[in-house]
Amino acid sequence: MTERFCIGYFNNEHDLLTAVAEARRRAYRVLDVFAPHPLHGLAHELGLRPSRLTLIGLWAGVLGLLFGLTLQFWTSAFDWPLIVGGQPFNSWPVFIPVSFELTVLFAGILGVLALLVRGRLWPGRRPPVLPDVTDDRFALVLAQVDSSVDPEELTALLRQHHAVEIVERDQVA
Amino acid sequence: MASPKALGQVTEDIARLVLRKPGPAWSLALFVTGCAFLVGLAAIVYEMVVGIGAWGLNRTVGWAFDITNFVFWIGIGHAGTLISAILFLFRQKWRTSINRSAEAMTIFAVICAALFPLIHMGRPWYFYWILPYPNNRGSLWVNFRSPLLWDFFAIGTYFLISLVFWYIGMVPDLATLRDRAPSRLSRAIFRMLSLGWSGSAHIWHRYETIYALLAVLATPLVVSVHSIVSFDFATSVVPGWHSTIFPPYFVAGAIFSGFAMVMLLLIIARKTMRLEDYITPQHFNWMCKIMLLAGLIIGFAYLTEAFMAWYSGNRYEIAALRNRALGPYAWAYWTMVFCNVAAPQVLWLRRARHTIWVVFLVSLLVTLGMWLERFVIIVTSLYRDFLPSSWTTYTPTANEVAILVGIFGLFFALFLVFTRVLPVCSISEIKAVLGYARAGATGPSDHD
Repeated sequence: MTERFCIGYFNNEHDLLTAVAEARRRAYRVLDVFAPHPLHGLAHELGLRPSRLTLIGLWAGVLGLLFGLTLQFWTSAFDWPLIVGGQPFNSWPVFIPVSFELTVLFAGILGVLALLVRGRLWPGRRPPVLPDVTDDRFALVLAQVDSSVDPEELTALLRQHHAVEIVERDQVA
Repeated sequence: MASPKALGQVTEDIARLVLRKPGPAWSLALFVTGCAFLVGLAAIVYEMVVGIGAWGLNRTVGWAFDITNFVFWIGIGHAGTLISAILFLFRQKWRTSINRSAEAMTIFAVICAALFPLIHMGRPWYFYWILPYPNNRGSLWVNFRSPLLWDFFAIGTYFLISLVFWYIGMVPDLATLRDRAPSRLSRAIFRMLSLGWSGSAHIWHRYETIYALLAVLATPLVVSVHSIVSFDFATSVVPGWHSTIFPPYFVAGAIFSGFAMVMLLLIIARKTMRLEDYITPQHFNWMCKIMLLAGLIIGFAYLTEAFMAWYSGNRYEIAALRNRALGPYAWAYWTMVFCNVAAPQVLWLRRARHTIWVVFLVSLLVTLGMWLERFVIIVTSLYRDFLPSSWTTYTPTANEVAILVGIFGLFFALFLVFTRVLPVCSISEIKAVLGYARAGATGPSDHD
């Protein structure tokens, strides 16, 4: 059986959040929620795990730190050692500022690249954008996976939570 | 926010500014600042052709106007990062109306700042020699023990992280503009820039994680960048520079001057762009309090410098202080003290913090005072060195003044263009703090 989607539009976040909670309680499949701004508590309602992108940022930072220290040690003490200011070749305390900056740089840039990859965001991409969800409406997309779920039930749930518009179709947009 | 607004109204208010036709005031302002920039550009071209002999520098005073401008502009940027990162981590919701323009200011200020070390090189086309890359000079590497090189890494990182932070924060708003753009061209541009943003909760979830990560990363940059700039001075053995107080003193000064510049820009922007509902007197009240605090730290640092010079008993430190306060540049020192220490004290008064013209005037004085501070630190520490026969003074040439005018022109021109082509307030963040449903502007629908 082909999947069908039931999209409910809401005018405020409160109605949306209660509808999401109800749909999850009834074990309907919540495909996605579209919102013009981040919604506090929605990730919890949808059962999303904390994002692991922070860990990518951490490891990217460690990489930057190691890169900075290695670069400075290798160039200053190994490849072409020069005496500067009477300091030892491996004068590691003066390597701290550059290592610190490279840590921050790697963590930030690689963290953002990871977001773009995981969120599948790239210039020119044309995603299905539901009407007005980047302006003033919230959309809840329920998926009807098999015939055990009656489309009428999905519509009823959305209507009960004051959806201002309900659309049923074969594709999200 | 003066009064709770509907979500659609927020979109309308901010997006209207981006997609509108420019008014005569905007065009005139861009013309004036653009002309100022062209004057500066001509001066820079002249300086590159004849060399930095076009400036008033001499053997004793090797750094002056140029490095003053560099330190000044880098400092300006810090308020933007403080507003966007530190206030975000402290959950200061009022920042949402002002963070976008403050971050834009940071980026433009860093661009202005970066220009000065570049032209100070004399042969800026060799600027890539400060990069550590394998080269055919041996390969002779850059000197990682030099604070000037740390500067390069600090400012490069600061610029890139600020740019990414600004852009990532703008992606949801660019999607909003994409969905409202009237012409095919603007829709195509915003489609490219918005990276295919759909508002999906899964992406919002990851997006918020990375945004918080960037805020956490930008926070130490607020402290580290100007600390490293201050190392340029503090690691030398010049009386008046060689001091451990420099890093905190420079960071406080950066925030102080940055808030003054943010307020100057926002006071003009809210009047000319009718953003009074978003940027309210309350915002200026809070910013004034931060500026007052930073100003007190600056005043304390001036006192500490004087005390340490006297208490150290070091005759060279005492001489440097005396030259600063009583020498030929005493006018600059005392103007600086008046602008940075005396003038901000009026902000203790609630009435003053809520009177826009007073805030504007104080911000203007602080901007002037902080520019003079860098001039005083640099020139009055150098002009009388250890050998009295090389004592001299420094006067800027017309070329240096023209570059100063030009860089202010560039800064304001960039800001004016920004207000026309990108959303000046964060649309999605303002919506998120509206508390639209909870505050009961229209109220949640009745539940049974």
